[in-house]
Order: sequence, then structure tokens, then C-alpha cells
Amino acid sequence: MTALVLLDAEDGTIPQTSRSAIAAATSLGDIDVLVTGGADTIAAAAASAAKIPGIRKVRTASGEAFAHGLAEPLAALLVALAPDYDHIVAAATAIGKSALPRAAALLDVQVIPDVMDIKDSETFVRPIFAGNVLVTLHSSDAKKLLTIRTASFDPVAAEGGTAPIEAVTPPDDQQKSRFVSAEHSSTERPQLEAARVIVSGGRGLQSAEGFKILEPLADRLGAAIGASRVAVDSGFVPNDYQVGQTGKIVAPDLYIACGISGAIQHLAGMKDSKVIVAINKDEEAPIFQVADYGLVGDLFQIVPALTAALG
Amino acid sequence: MKILVPIKRVVDYNVKVRVRRDGGGVETAGVKMSMNPFDEIAVEEALRLREKGVASEILTVSIGVPQAADTLRTALAMGADRAILVQSEESPEPLAVAKILKILVDREKPDLVILGKQAIDDDMNATGQMLAGLLDWPQATFASRVEKTADGLAVTREIDGGSETLSLALPAIVTADLRLNEPRYAALPNIMKARKKPLETIAAADLGVDLTRRLTILSMAEPPARKAGIKLGSVAELVEKLRNEAKVI
Repeated sequence: MTALVLLDAEDGTIPQTSRSAIAAATSLGDIDVLVTGGADTIAAAAASAAKIPGIRKVRTASGEAFAHGLAEPLAALLVALAPDYDHIVAAATAIGKSALPRAAALLDVQVIPDVMDIKDSETFVRPIFAGNVLVTLHSSDAKKLLTIRTASFDPVAAEGGTAPIEAVTPPDDQQKSRFVSAEHSSTERPQLEAARVIVSGGRGLQSAEGFKILEPLADRLGAAIGASRVAVDSGFVPNDYQVGQTGKIVAPDLYIACGISGAIQHLAGMKDSKVIVAINKDEEAPIFQVADYGLVGDLFQIVPALTAALG
Repeated sequence: MKILVPIKRVVDYNVKVRVRRDGGGVETAGVKMSMNPFDEIAVEEALRLREKGVASEILTVSIGVPQAADTLRTALAMGADRAILVQSEESPEPLAVAKILKILVDREKPDLVILGKQAIDDDMNATGQMLAGLLDWPQATFASRVEKTADGLAVTREIDGGSETLSLALPAIVTADLRLNEPRYAALPNIMKARKKPLETIAAADLGVDLTRRLTILSMAEPPARKAGIKLGSVAELVEKLRNEAKVI
């Protein structure tokens, strides 16, 4: 059997989330990867992909239609390549979640999102009800299209391979959607999905100004900064900080939840963390039911004290 | 412009679901059911487009058990003009739902379909994209802002590294994310009025779509529960535990 893994390579690099998707696909037979992007990034992206060990070949498609991960041309490309593959796999990122279901419909296949375990080539485990239930599913479709919950799979190595690179000719793009502009949150910190430590804040931070109290602690720990839905809705931080059922799903070694009550929708995004610390003034907050270590008190005193104690 | 808003009846977001003893499903007896929260946002966005003079008619549709009519009445009370219930014994998979919606789109000819980005029961996040594929329409998922432009729609989307704006030709599919708007509550007089709004019922079987599940549920289980840990008395104690017990710093 052969699997095709769509990589998120639009910026010319291969993110950790894509390497987790490759890790998930390793039990499905030979692996080809598909790298797409604009004419200016494709060579660098393909070269990075070729270094990933265990890849049979790197297939590339480039051009304006692929520069921004638009779902329509990506889905059309996946459909064109589908006859060569038994499984088509992508990380459950914004691009994978948009393109794979579209391609699946065109192939008359029911897409299987957020796969967290692969039992065999036809049997998959995924979370439902905000991760409160795990369902094991058998797919009767001839071809399987999966997105991967990346927190559930350790990424494959970035270096060590020498896979051949082959350009493919994509179907003509009908240009029914067009990229206009992007606003990327700029940060020097690690990405949430790739961070070993995450410092996360919620309603208890009270304001965008208050939220900044987490920065020295995150700096000290080399951590990414996350947030609850309330903190994002209240405008303390941008939307891409959100951890939870509808935000990012993370599983770092250490998750420090500051002023987060612990709604089930938030827990859905972080409860697989190895160690959870909760700092909250409400000792009845549900976050303490999943936290390994809890501190009850004023986070505006505790967080700076913790930063100082770490030296 | 005519807008179609598909909605789903789901277990209310405040309910902590339990797996049935036989492992074949979750307990729904006596459990509160509501409109999927993302679908409420989709309905609200359609209403706002009508209030801005962009939309003229809002049609809402639900596919599922007879009680989904209650969910449609909620959308009508919020302000949708009419509703269609496609009745089926259970909730079909997104592919089958998309096929049913395609038939309704071909019949009703909307210019825009707005859906919630995912249902909070099966968390599939697929129906909008699948419908867009079947119709060969452009799509903008995870929308946080929708604006009518001279030649179509400008949609701002929440993506992994921030946000981006796409321009879509119409007809198009948009899926609603959390921050698109805050849905209104239906006022009591509108709830009364909604009872008189047209609600058509169609049997899913009459549409000729094969509803056979492609994904067979082998088992359901609750994930291993995390044990509540310990509350500590001081920051110094926390640092000591993280260093010497958990060994994560």
C-alpha cells in the first residue's frame, strides 16, 4: 500500500505538524509526500522534504494557485493524484482541514478527521464530543482520506533522507477564490503545536496588558504562549493563541494554565499534556480536576514569583 | 441574494456526555438538545447580511430526526424566513449530508450557503467543504468576517498563524468560526411568530441519496480520566515538584 502525505510547506519549510502526519502514515506502507507552494518557495520546501527519512519520493506542484494553500486547487490536485494511493493524509491544520474534506467529497469518500490512532489500514480512532469520547471507526471506502491530530504522533526526524523530487502538472485552477492578504501574528516563541512548554492564560488575566505578565515566565521556560477562548474573545491576544476544541490541540511536557477555569472545550485542547499546572484564585475551578499541581491564589503575585523562583 | 443555512440539532454544549454501557453510542435519553453553536453563528451572519440589505431571503434546513423541527423553529424565531426538515432516522455522515444539501441547492438556487464550521457532537468539520466540492463552488472556512464586495465576497478566516482574507466569486460556501458574531436570542414575540412561518418536511429516502454509513462505529470509550493532582502551598514547593518529581524543567 502507498500513502500520500500533503505537507504544509507554503513558506518554504516543513513544519513539525507535517512531520507528525508523516509519522502517523508510516504504518500505512510506502510514503510519498506532496509539497506545494509559490514559485519562490517550492525549491526550498522540496529540498527540506527530501531530507526527511523514510520518504519514497517528493512530489511538487507550484504556481500562484498554490502560494497560499487555497483549498480549491489543492483538492483538485489531490483528486488528480489519488489513483496512485490508498491513503491520503494531512495534518489537521487550517489547510488540511479545508482541503481534505473537499477532495474526499470529489472522490466520493467520507473523510476521517483528527485521527489520533491508526489500528490498521482501515481502522482509526478519533475524538468526538470535545474529546470526551474516543470512537474507533472502520472505513468501508476504497480509499481513505485522513487528517491527523498531530499532538498524538511524535514527529519523524527532519534530516537524514535523500528522497528524489518529481514535479507534477496540476489541473488548471478555475480561480473561483483568490488570496487577498494575510495578517500573521509575529512571534519569536516556539509554535504552540511544537512547544515543549506552554504558558497559557484565561479570563483571570483581565486585559491585554494583564496578559503580558505571562511573557517573562514564557521567556524563562522557552515556552509558547496559549490562551483560552475567553481571553481571545476579549481581545487579550490574537485568535491563533487559542487552545481547545475549536482551537489548537496541544500535548506539551508542561502546560501552565494561569487564570483559566477549565471549561470542557478548553480541556479538549490540552488534557493530553504530560504535566499540568493550574494557577487560579478559585479553588473550585474545574482546571484543578485535571492539574497535577495546583496553586490557589492571585496569579498577579504567583506568576512573577514563579518566574523569579526559576532564576 | 438568497442564503441557505443548514443547521444541526446536537447535545447541548454544557452537557458532559457519557458513553452508553454497550459502547455503541452516547446517552441521549433526557439530555438537553440545542442548535449547534456554530450554526447559530451562521444563522446570525445571514440575518446581519439581510439587515445590511445584502440578502433578501434566508432559508434554513436541518437533516435528522423529527425533533430537529424544534431546532428549525429556533432559527425561524431568530429571523430566518422559512425552513426545510429532511427527515431521517439518524444523523447521516457529512458526505451524505452534503449530497442532500446539494439536491436542495439545485432546487432552491441560493447564492450563498453559510454553515457552522463543525458540529460539536461529532466534531467532523467537513460538511461545508464537502458541499463546496460537490457543487464546485469556492469555499472559505473558519470565517471571522464576511463582507459583500462588488464582485462577490471578502471573507477573513482564522488560520494557524493568524488570519487571512480571501475573495470569493458567488455562489460560494462560507463556514462560520467562533468570532464571526455573537448570535441574538429569539425574543418571545418572534418565537410566537415563528410558529406560523413555513416549515416543509421531506423524507430523506425520497431524495434518492444513499445514507449508508461509510464509517462503521466499532466502539466508543471515554478516554482515561486524568487524576486530580495536589494543591501546593507555595511557589517554592511548585518549583521543587516540577524539578525533582515531574522533572519537566
